[in-house]
Amino acid sequence: MWQRTNSHIRSIFSISKLQDVIVRYLLMILLVFVFFGLILLISGKDPIKSYGDILGSTFGSAYGFSEVIVAMIPMLITALAVALPWRAGLINIGGEGQLYIGAAFATWGALTFTNLPAWILLPLMLLLGMLGGALWAFIPGYLKAVGLVNETITSLLLNSVAPKIVGFLIFGFWHSAMNTVKTANFVPAALLPTFFNTRIHLGLVIALVLLTLFWFVMKYTRWGLEIRSIGGNSQAARRNGVPLKGYLITVMCIGGAIAGLAGMAQVSGFYGVLFLNFSAGLGYMGFLICWLAGGQPIGILLMSFVVAIITTGGNLLQLTRDLPYAVINILLAFTLFIVLARPKFFERKKA
Amino acid sequence: MSLLAILGVFSSAIFSGTSLLYATLGEIINERSGIINLGLEGVLLVSASVGFAVTSVSGNPYLGVLVAILAGGLMNMILGYLVINREANQLASGLALMFFGFGLSALIGKPYVGVKIHGLPRIPLPWISNLPSLYASLFGFDILIYLAIPVAILVWWLLFRTRWGLGLRAVGENADTAFASGRNPRLIRYQALFVGGLLAGIGAAHLSIAYTMNWAEYMTAGRGFIAVALVIFSRWNPLQAIVGALVFSGAVAFQLLLQSSGVQISPLLLDTIPYIITLLVLIAWGGNRKHSAPASLGRIYHGSE
Repeated sequence: MWQRTNSHIRSIFSISKLQDVIVRYLLMILLVFVFFGLILLISGKDPIKSYGDILGSTFGSAYGFSEVIVAMIPMLITALAVALPWRAGLINIGGEGQLYIGAAFATWGALTFTNLPAWILLPLMLLLGMLGGALWAFIPGYLKAVGLVNETITSLLLNSVAPKIVGFLIFGFWHSAMNTVKTANFVPAALLPTFFNTRIHLGLVIALVLLTLFWFVMKYTRWGLEIRSIGGNSQAARRNGVPLKGYLITVMCIGGAIAGLAGMAQVSGFYGVLFLNFSAGLGYMGFLICWLAGGQPIGILLMSFVVAIITTGGNLLQLTRDLPYAVINILLAFTLFIVLARPKFFERKKA
Repeated sequence: MSLLAILGVFSSAIFSGTSLLYATLGEIINERSGIINLGLEGVLLVSASVGFAVTSVSGNPYLGVLVAILAGGLMNMILGYLVINREANQLASGLALMFFGFGLSALIGKPYVGVKIHGLPRIPLPWISNLPSLYASLFGFDILIYLAIPVAILVWWLLFRTRWGLGLRAVGENADTAFASGRNPRLIRYQALFVGGLLAGIGAAHLSIAYTMNWAEYMTAGRGFIAVALVIFSRWNPLQAIVGALVFSGAVAFQLLLQSSGVQISPLLLDTIPYIITLLVLIAWGGNRKHSAPASLGRIYHGSE
């Protein structure tokens, strides 16, 4: 009844579609809070106070809010790394591995060319990061294009390999004198500049430019059309003269390059150092964000913001409420479950 | 290096391969019904932590194993609700389940970090008990290890020699056709997920209650993902999964042997060997594996009304 009225109104005023979406998301958030509150209660914590902590730490101060934006940067980029191959019908679940290799390449640049000025070094590191990610994504892309192995499973396997290679490089060659699981701190020229006395770094601008570029290419260029046509029906596209193999490999490599860039942004903009297992699932989060957003640019922006609130708030929860860090994953998972389950108050999309 | 060291390596390879075989068998049942469970890693973690906690509290490892097995089945029911009832994307739901498992297992296991338990008792092989005790202790396996291969054969029998298995595979090939021939695809997929989860639970129980006998956050260390890869490696066939688990155990043994014989290779690089072998085998079998994959793997069954 409620739904029918809504859909009727929506057909007249497009603005009410927005309201519908907002109501849906609010109900969704409420449901997530109820579920996670139960978990908190069971483990003997006060859910109300915990939620107060989360909100206070994210929206309570300008600095807290800036931390959300900081957490959002890599997710935004890794989600884009999934979104582009997604449009061509490729499932790039390997963002995690590509991010690691990209970060490793960029770190090599940062540790080798310590004397270069920032305006040369940073672009160089960017390119290196993209190269690393692209190389790592080339493997599944090529294997898919020649019809040997499905890209889903190869990129998933390579995710487990990449962090170990990075670990090997750190232990074997790059570790600092004090600490064997970390490289030396990057020289100031190898750090992305930050803004307004917060930890927000240039990666945000890069991410937003990429997002706009993605939207523009997909919507207004021949490449976008051809990529979407491959995603729609690859055989029809091939018969219409779209170079299928070339596109599959290129799209996968560009996706990898974007993920590599996320890795570069993390080590150069956020940490300023490369260390063991620094990503902690950012690549997988990118995949989920992209999926939740249906590969749409605006959706990616919104969803990565939501996920960033969860991880930032959860970080604080760990400190103030003595919960293991991994508990954030429960909150994240509940959010995902509820979006995936599309509860009854959602309007069902017909496929 | 001594014979003892070499035997020790093989013993630990068998221990680490067992949990993998169970998890792979579970995933095979899931995928034969058309559902790819990427959340296996999370399922294993939750089962391992719950099993460990129950063993630690009750002092009874068998009770721990039982609860771990049930936990595996229940975890898979979450996935079942999402992908069967709510028709959500399987890969995304699997990853969500994985994150859930990371978090939940950390929460459950937190009080038990560093706690010691009495694991499953080791039963030495009968003809080995007159060897020196040092050797005999290496070949005292627990009951789950002895049962691993019989269970693989049982799963094969279930899938390929029973009506239930026929129905399950039919749903995995084409759910609409299976529906037309009088089967209930949704129910069968739920059953497949539950049984698959039970098997994953056995693997996880073996890992925490029999093998390592302690709990550490993220102790599965990627086994769930290796199992997903091994399913393809074994072409969705439980008997070939035994081979797959052996190859993996062999790679682990090889890596331990290299390390103990003093070859200077980073253990981190050696850790990548199982993944790379799996990848190479997938490439080698690339062309003809399409014939064995369940045809509607990953597809949503929308109902046949």
